[in-house]
Amino acid sequence: MNRFDYARPASVAEAVQAGAGEQVRYLAGGTNLIDLMKENVDRPMTVIDINRLPLGVIEELDGGGLRLGALLPNADTAWDARVEQRYPLLSSAILAGASPQLRNAATNGGNLNQRTRCYYFYDVATPCNKREPGSGCGAIGGVNRIHAILGASDQCIATHPSDMCVALAVLDATVQVTGPDGDRSIPIADYHRLPGDEPWRDNTLKPGELVTGIDLPAEDFTQNYTYLKLRDRLSYAFALVSIAVAMRVEDGAIAEARVALGGVAHKPWRSTEAEKLLKGQQPSPQAFGAFADALLAGAVGQGENDFKILLARKGIIRALKQAAEATPQSQTDKRVA
Amino acid sequence: MATAAKIGIGSAINRVDGVEKVTGTARYAAEHPVENLLYGYIVEAAIAKGRIVSIDEEAARAVPGVVEVITHLNRPHVAWTDHSYKDELKIPGSPFRPLYDDRIQFSQQPIALVVAETFEAARFAASLVEVAYEAEAHNTDFEVAVGDKYVPKKKRSGYMAPKNRGDAAQAFADAPLKVSGDYRLAPEHHNPMEMFASTVEWHCDGSITVWDKTQGSQGVHAYLASVFGFSRKKVRVLNPYVGGAFGSGLRPQHQVFLAVLAAKMLERSVRVTMTRQQMFSHAYRPQAVQSIALGAETTGKLTAIRNAATTSTSRYEDNMENVVTWGLMNYDCPNADAEYTVAQVDTPTSADMRAPGAATGMTLFEIAIDEMAYVAKVDPLEFRLVNYSPIDAMNGTPYTSKALREAFREGAEAFGWSERSAEPRSMRDGKELVGWGCATGMWDAQFSKTSASAKLTANGHLEVACATSDIGTGSYTVMTLVAAETLGLPPEQITAKLGDSDLPTAPVEGGSWGAASTGAAVQLACQAVGKKLLKTAGKIAGAPLGDAKMDDVLFEDGCIVLKDTPTVRVPFGDAMHAADLTEIEEEETAAPGFGDMWKGLHKSKNTHSAIFAEVKVDEELGVVRVTRIVDAVAAGRIINPKTARSQILGGVVMGMGMALHEETFPDHRLGRWMNHNFGEYHVPVHADIHDIQVIFVDEPDSEVTPLGVKGLGEIGIVGTAAAIANAIFHATGKRVRSLPITIDKILG
Repeated sequence: MNRFDYARPASVAEAVQAGAGEQVRYLAGGTNLIDLMKENVDRPMTVIDINRLPLGVIEELDGGGLRLGALLPNADTAWDARVEQRYPLLSSAILAGASPQLRNAATNGGNLNQRTRCYYFYDVATPCNKREPGSGCGAIGGVNRIHAILGASDQCIATHPSDMCVALAVLDATVQVTGPDGDRSIPIADYHRLPGDEPWRDNTLKPGELVTGIDLPAEDFTQNYTYLKLRDRLSYAFALVSIAVAMRVEDGAIAEARVALGGVAHKPWRSTEAEKLLKGQQPSPQAFGAFADALLAGAVGQGENDFKILLARKGIIRALKQAAEATPQSQTDKRVA
Repeated sequence: MATAAKIGIGSAINRVDGVEKVTGTARYAAEHPVENLLYGYIVEAAIAKGRIVSIDEEAARAVPGVVEVITHLNRPHVAWTDHSYKDELKIPGSPFRPLYDDRIQFSQQPIALVVAETFEAARFAASLVEVAYEAEAHNTDFEVAVGDKYVPKKKRSGYMAPKNRGDAAQAFADAPLKVSGDYRLAPEHHNPMEMFASTVEWHCDGSITVWDKTQGSQGVHAYLASVFGFSRKKVRVLNPYVGGAFGSGLRPQHQVFLAVLAAKMLERSVRVTMTRQQMFSHAYRPQAVQSIALGAETTGKLTAIRNAATTSTSRYEDNMENVVTWGLMNYDCPNADAEYTVAQVDTPTSADMRAPGAATGMTLFEIAIDEMAYVAKVDPLEFRLVNYSPIDAMNGTPYTSKALREAFREGAEAFGWSERSAEPRSMRDGKELVGWGCATGMWDAQFSKTSASAKLTANGHLEVACATSDIGTGSYTVMTLVAAETLGLPPEQITAKLGDSDLPTAPVEGGSWGAASTGAAVQLACQAVGKKLLKTAGKIAGAPLGDAKMDDVLFEDGCIVLKDTPTVRVPFGDAMHAADLTEIEEEETAAPGFGDMWKGLHKSKNTHSAIFAEVKVDEELGVVRVTRIVDAVAAGRIINPKTARSQILGGVVMGMGMALHEETFPDHRLGRWMNHNFGEYHVPVHADIHDIQVIFVDEPDSEVTPLGVKGLGEIGIVGTAAAIANAIFHATGKRVRSLPITIDKILG
């Protein structure tokens, strides 16, 4: 890795001040950034170690929600009793990700901001528009088994690798940030972005902005939910396709269903339009299938990942069934519920 | 006085180096502390074929701490002939010579070494080395390369040409039942836990001590002497601990060349460590396609075996494996023919990886055999018994032993095979389809000339030594147990030394010959010490042992004991004292043919296994779980049941990886492996592994090797993937002929 300046501010204000320069990176758990620096994918001039900032707690919000501190480790978040009881979908999604060791180190803010796992992004000897704008996309026409089937552009077909964020998308979370221009809240749906013709931008953070927390609104998705992750081995693999479902069932009918997909696009993939199809429906393979087709409208394979379209369709149907039947996918027993 | 149960061959003991390993005091190649050490970082080629036009080192040299950038342009003199670069494996062709000239032969080829005061400075500077290339057309697509497959003129040593019998073409044409198809195995990388690394300590007299990650210290020693012109006395190579290798460390890897090159050039101590990504810059298991045609009578009796395989090699060497011979040896069938060819791709030379040839050839063949069993409507296990050959059916020779029938019986019983319902898709557990499959595994029982020494000191301590390696296989423990058995000493009084080119001669550790060969050498050396003890005991006043010969005594609890009169016991110390000796040291060599081995001279020598697998498949989503494996192994005498079981467990898990996960993806436009990291090159993780039961079948065999040991390093992987693939067919009715069987191959 390159030589860089290092700062370890004691307050958020100091951190944001230090973060205003060029080529600055905030360092939290380091499970992604350090790897990127080792491989010279990322060469920051300044690394601001934010691990001493007081952002590692969970707070109650007025109205019954929770604020998850940006620096709280993923594992501590998933195993927190309040999160487990009130947002079991989020716990489940976090525990579906990475390995125990990584979850212990990785933070909530870092999870939001992790980079894609595209092979070409990680190999500086190959073209990648995300890493080196204008160099081309190696994955298009290349090795793209793990790449996007939705929302890709002719510049980039990378996916966002997070599991946690797929659950956040369903839970209508809000990302709290602070920066040179003060504090603001970004709805999770607007936080990550599609590659378009600026694939190097993963999200809508402005330069120098720092994630301070994630707000979860008060919702009751504690019965009918699931996080179903389909991958190439049963743990420690990124999703080929993952499906987060939060549902309310009233009198045997679906009062509300929210569904987001991971592993298929540059951001968690959700369509509130498509979700309307499920409202008021009796849970059934037909209703689930029609919804899956709507959510996957416009899906395009890149060759090696063509199978993901079928996998996603079947996964959506299964996940909706799991949620409707209140038999959420266990993340320890790998048998698919 | 009651004595503790004697510990020796057959005792299940913990590995003697276990504490060092789990407490971190066992030092691996990159962990040996050396003063004033420099760090080298390898710059790799970005293209697959062509030449280097220019190298701009300016920015790299400007990085603080950088000492040198070594390329083909400024390197010191090194040997140039192919002969000088040949290693113990002697692969026919022209071995890769790092930093030799401007030629690029494969992507990720080392083309420069940046040497700096710190690893990070070297790594960063390496990223600043700008290389201009003149690219040439390359091909890394094996399926394209197969169009130019050929039979290499010069054969690799150890290559066994297939022998045809009968008229397989006609028999296949005439057969009432047939199976034929192409079966494929993806390229795989070894990925041992420990990365390749070398620490070279430079001494002021121009000699070097090298801690290297290798499967053979003496092989590396000879290579370094040959390539760099060191006198043999000026090089010492050590590999006391090796964090796995699976065959990737059979040949000296380029990091040891580069580390020594830098040390010699700079007259400084240098360490070069590969990163995980760089572990994909060398050895890999060749990609393979195997065309198999089987013919059978309606009874299930095989009438024809046709087997043609091609595996990948590089442009510069012909790496060959025994791929097509296994099925011809194992099955009783009057007509069989086979052909083996290689095809060149622009990658590094493919390499031996755990059970090379058999893990590919036998595994794919066992999938075809399973298909034939279904076509014949014969239970897959019964099918294998119907076509059982007690002799080596290809060479027409008897085996020194073959307890495969017993392995089938014991394995089937432990697995509960008789409860299996024959029809595919007929067994369920909730939403999941359940499948049971079986396969045969086979590997060579090899023996290689090996020397060992034994040194007994008057305080009763015994040190046994041999230059062999312990690549995680348990060699230290094997040596300790054989010594304990031979001289009747408790393991606590025995020290085993290995992994040092200065020790008595041993071959590179591989081929599963280590335990048999090193064990025999240690036994001989200990017996020589015993003889000397008996002789010195004769000097004791009153000669309590009389004129006892070796056959008249045994060694027990540190004493020479008269067999006929066990109350007559002479402590080792007394015997040595009588001759005024403070130590007795003997060195012996175990060579093929000694003991009863001459009787096995013209016999075939193999290990066998019967593998049973249970899978549960969520058919809709393509998710496969391997819920149970039973592996019944016939491998002669088991020295340490505990580490032996671990060997098989490891092989089985690797077989699960071959079945479901392992695959390196090339980008053919770039000629480069793309998933070259541990996040995206998948091996099984704990969640993938459930119940694995290992059974060792009784198989006495005094002819195969002096101790009756056959070796266990590789048999565990052979056939495992077939048992799983066959179980997936039984579960789903879907036959997948290309490994690994990933989610997309089952879905839809």
